[in-house]
Amino acid sequence: MSDKKTESKNEKYREVAYYPGCALEGSGHAYNRSTKALGKKLGLKLKEVDNWNCCGAMEVKNIDPKLQTYLSSRVMSIAANKMKMDVVMAPCNGCYHNLKKAEYDLKNDEKSKQVVDRLSKKAGHETYQAGQVETIHALDWVKDTIGEEGLKERVKNSLAGIKIANYYGCMYTRPRHIFPEKDSGPGSESTSRPHFMDDLLDAAGAENVDFPLKTACCGGAHTLSDSDTSTRLVANILQTAEAAGAEVIATECPTCHSGLEMHQIRANRTLGIKTNVKIIYFTQLLGMAMGLKPKEVGLHENVSDSFDFVKQKGLA
Amino acid sequence: MPIHEKSLIRPENLKVQENLEVEGIDVSGHWSTFIESRVVTDYNEAMEEEIAALPGGEFIHRCWQCGSCTNACTVHAINPEFNPRYWIYLIRTGMESELLRDKDIIWQCVSCNKCTYACPRDVVPEAVMKATAHWLELKGHTPKSHSTIFDDIFSEQVIETGKIEDGRVLKRFFKQTGQALRQPWLEDLVKGLLRNLPISMLTRMGLATLVAPKTSGWSGARDAIKEYVAEQEAHHRTALGLDELVKMAETELKAGAAK
Repeated sequence: MSDKKTESKNEKYREVAYYPGCALEGSGHAYNRSTKALGKKLGLKLKEVDNWNCCGAMEVKNIDPKLQTYLSSRVMSIAANKMKMDVVMAPCNGCYHNLKKAEYDLKNDEKSKQVVDRLSKKAGHETYQAGQVETIHALDWVKDTIGEEGLKERVKNSLAGIKIANYYGCMYTRPRHIFPEKDSGPGSESTSRPHFMDDLLDAAGAENVDFPLKTACCGGAHTLSDSDTSTRLVANILQTAEAAGAEVIATECPTCHSGLEMHQIRANRTLGIKTNVKIIYFTQLLGMAMGLKPKEVGLHENVSDSFDFVKQKGLA
Repeated sequence: MPIHEKSLIRPENLKVQENLEVEGIDVSGHWSTFIESRVVTDYNEAMEEEIAALPGGEFIHRCWQCGSCTNACTVHAINPEFNPRYWIYLIRTGMESELLRDKDIIWQCVSCNKCTYACPRDVVPEAVMKATAHWLELKGHTPKSHSTIFDDIFSEQVIETGKIEDGRVLKRFFKQTGQALRQPWLEDLVKGLLRNLPISMLTRMGLATLVAPKTSGWSGARDAIKEYVAEQEAHHRTALGLDELVKMAETELKAGAAK
């Protein structure tokens, strides 16, 4: 990537429309709190999307995929047409994925375009046109503004000595075609071996372990409706992380995060598989590395208790 | 083994004779296993078209049976019976009775999109699995799966209010699927949360399950979506000939009553 391109992204992403999504107002509130706190600490501006709605998550597409495209397009329409923003940042993998998918469909599928246009007109707002905004993940946001060098300069409590397995889940990289900027040469994110989270945590001093299940599935879509399958998938992820030497699994998705926490307990209860690996959002880890207190990054809102752990590692 | 022969070697189709001599040659025992011959007469030629008419099933015709989907599949790794490639084959050849053998597991696709990532023909197998699961339900082969019940509750709330509150969805889901809310592991989970949360936060979370979060100015979108969904449902009913099925059933019932 040329210096010029990096520079423009650096400027562009410093003030973005923020789309937290439903999970971040509920079970994933710790991710919301830590993302905002980290942004503030790093001098990045977040403007929450006015009157945003659910993107459709993993469920609405099963009723009708085009309905999901509409829901996601409404969020982007508000950011573009009402707020006049160029960039929407979504920390939740599900939201990020759905906005990206809507962008792809509206660019390439005439039928999706027609449905979205019809529903937008009837709902009384401007139809979102492909290309009006760029959707990015919280990982892109930190990486392209502050970057590894910037983080290194700002580290207050190094993550040195903490062994981390970086877990990206499904929706951040699959399917490849909805992420045209990934797999596009040096410096870009990889869909088969993602590394942005590894890069950021490494810059904050962490020791990333070689974790083979970075993009494995936690069964998040059926975390409640087919709990036994999800428990088996999660148990595998947790045990593999521990076998790779990790003390912490760093997450970047509220569904994965609560899935891992919930089924860590359930695996112990139903399968007798006990694991001690901590499950912490990457924004919580980076926040603490930048000098924020555990409560300021919502560590108390996680289900799994990692207070003693972070204290022992000198982060509190 | 070619995929179309898979159904022939089920245990019930394999015959081992205790004592059998054919033209003077002893063919008894395991080394002379026979396969029951079988003639398939119940092809459902409309099946592929019907599934293709449901959302997600559009590209099933592109499949050329490479098997990349099953090879990549998350669920296949823990249950070898879960086989997207095989089901796509059965749907395209109209082998309905074979497909129905697996009717109770098809809905278990976790939408991880590994198949869609791997597919060289853009079949979008993940969406085909969803369309197939819906087809099974719409045709009455299976009751609504827990996954569909969850999707319905979730989507209904999104359409009504524009947003989701997970506690509400969870409560309704447990109620509708007849599961107790007080599951031991769920209690552990709640205890884990209570340990560190301040009271103010708990009150906020409690309130959220009573007063659903809403997107203001949502009514226009809600009406538009409801109209669209009703239209789509009618469209699917026609594509699957469901109205005719209902009419036929009614006529039969009436005839039965008259007798």
